[in-house]
Amino acid sequence: MLDTNDILETIQMISDENLDVRTVTMGISLLDCADPDGRKACEKIYRKITTCARDLVKTADEISATYGMPIVNKRISVTPIAMLLASAPDADPVWYAQTLDAAAKAVGVNFIGGYSALVHKGFSAGDKRLIESIPQALAQTEYVCSSVNIGSTKTGINMDAVKMMGPVIRQAAELTKDNMCMGAAKLVVFCNAPEDNPFMAGAFHGVGEPDCVIHVGVSGPGAVRAALAKLPKDASLDQVAELIKRTAFKITRMGQLVGNLASQRLGVPFGIVDLSLAPTPAPGDSVANILEEIGLESCGGCGTTATLALLNDAVKKGGVMASNHVGGLSGAFIPVSEDDGMIKAVERGSLSIEKLEAMTAVCSVGIDMVVVPGETSAAVLSALIADEAAIGMVNTKTTAVRVIPAIGKKSGDVLDFGGLLGYAPILDISSFRPDVFVNRGGRIPAPLQALKN
Amino acid sequence: MEAVITVVGKDAVGILAKVCTACAEANVNVEEVTQRILRGTFAMIMLVDMSQATLDFTAFSEKMAQTGQAMGVDVRCTRQELYETMHHI
Repeated sequence: MLDTNDILETIQMISDENLDVRTVTMGISLLDCADPDGRKACEKIYRKITTCARDLVKTADEISATYGMPIVNKRISVTPIAMLLASAPDADPVWYAQTLDAAAKAVGVNFIGGYSALVHKGFSAGDKRLIESIPQALAQTEYVCSSVNIGSTKTGINMDAVKMMGPVIRQAAELTKDNMCMGAAKLVVFCNAPEDNPFMAGAFHGVGEPDCVIHVGVSGPGAVRAALAKLPKDASLDQVAELIKRTAFKITRMGQLVGNLASQRLGVPFGIVDLSLAPTPAPGDSVANILEEIGLESCGGCGTTATLALLNDAVKKGGVMASNHVGGLSGAFIPVSEDDGMIKAVERGSLSIEKLEAMTAVCSVGIDMVVVPGETSAAVLSALIADEAAIGMVNTKTTAVRVIPAIGKKSGDVLDFGGLLGYAPILDISSFRPDVFVNRGGRIPAPLQALKN
Repeated sequence: MEAVITVVGKDAVGILAKVCTACAEANVNVEEVTQRILRGTFAMIMLVDMSQATLDFTAFSEKMAQTGQAMGVDVRCTRQELYETMHHI
């Protein structure tokens, strides 16, 4: 017989602590949709997505109802569109974005990722056209998310691409300035981008993936925080790590169950569970609050990097045991606007962009949903991307930048996206000019993998 | 198919009777019941067999939730695999 306490614990985690499966994401390969005629390619893309993902939302909703656990988002990731553009030199890249948007609306998902280019070593046909079209594509669509991989540990950092991305982020924000600069919130710049990430805005379907696959992203910072709140304040950090592992195990098992069921019912192979603590703006469902529960007065103060390193590692150790395939980003997310505790930490002045950068060295994923003043120059944004990419490149991990220049606003103002994206006070960023460095272009060579100190 | 019904809320007269009646109306067989008072909160867990049920799972689940609402308690109906998966290796 099932244990009463186990059952009640699960119910409490779901009803009071915001435990949920954050996303069921279907990865769809579009390689077979490439066509020299852009319009024909778009027709094939629309047909393939609406066929593969026809039952995705319905199936996820059924699983959610039957097993009593919320599945918050249903999403799709596709092959980086730049690869399809390569064979259609005359096509307008924005057509592809509009097609993805229409397909997402037709099947009822709330985001579709893959308006992407992988340029960590250089540009192939289609890559530059795609990158230049990103601001228009994001302004003209609602559900399309875009990402660009500009570096990796094995290849170094493509600084020509980094130089392009600063202005692209600014334009994306400017074109959507009447809609909370939403364009920039749907654009991620990666170093070491994972090919099986189910989370937006950085999801795309890598070339090494099967034709169609189901990935699951779990969440649950609220459940981890609630478990830690029950520990006495003098419990050692060994006990803290142990408790986080146990909770992460339970959360991940739920994700694995959902993944298996979705894969079975949709007749699509199961890919990975992404073991991430993804916060929401709901009070208590916050990664910052976990660090504070471990013993900090406010997230961003001294001790933040150490507690985050402990948390991130324990989540992975607990989760790995619970799932047969782990992948994606897998770690604690620290998006500022989506995390109630982070927002409060910024408001009380304890969290700065420099501390966030330090935190990204020990967790996934990077400078995420950070809003900077509207007058921040494109070169400063490019240099910020280069800094983050360097952390990822040297530490053999994924890092990313999703930064939103709040056009027309200044430090201290607030940008409110609404919904899961939350709201954020605008953070100060250094305005000293990195222009000469950024304009040099070229590549930062790949780092040495030995003699590590 | 077996399911777990959980009832959590303030104790009152007739909770068990009303939940069991709702089960019987849907031809759902109650196999096991445990109940206890945890820190003043009434908590009851029932293991039920739904193989002969006249309602599908979602409809039954909604019916149970409504039965709970009428009594001011939280009633949830879930496939038992969720708990087995989360708490057992």
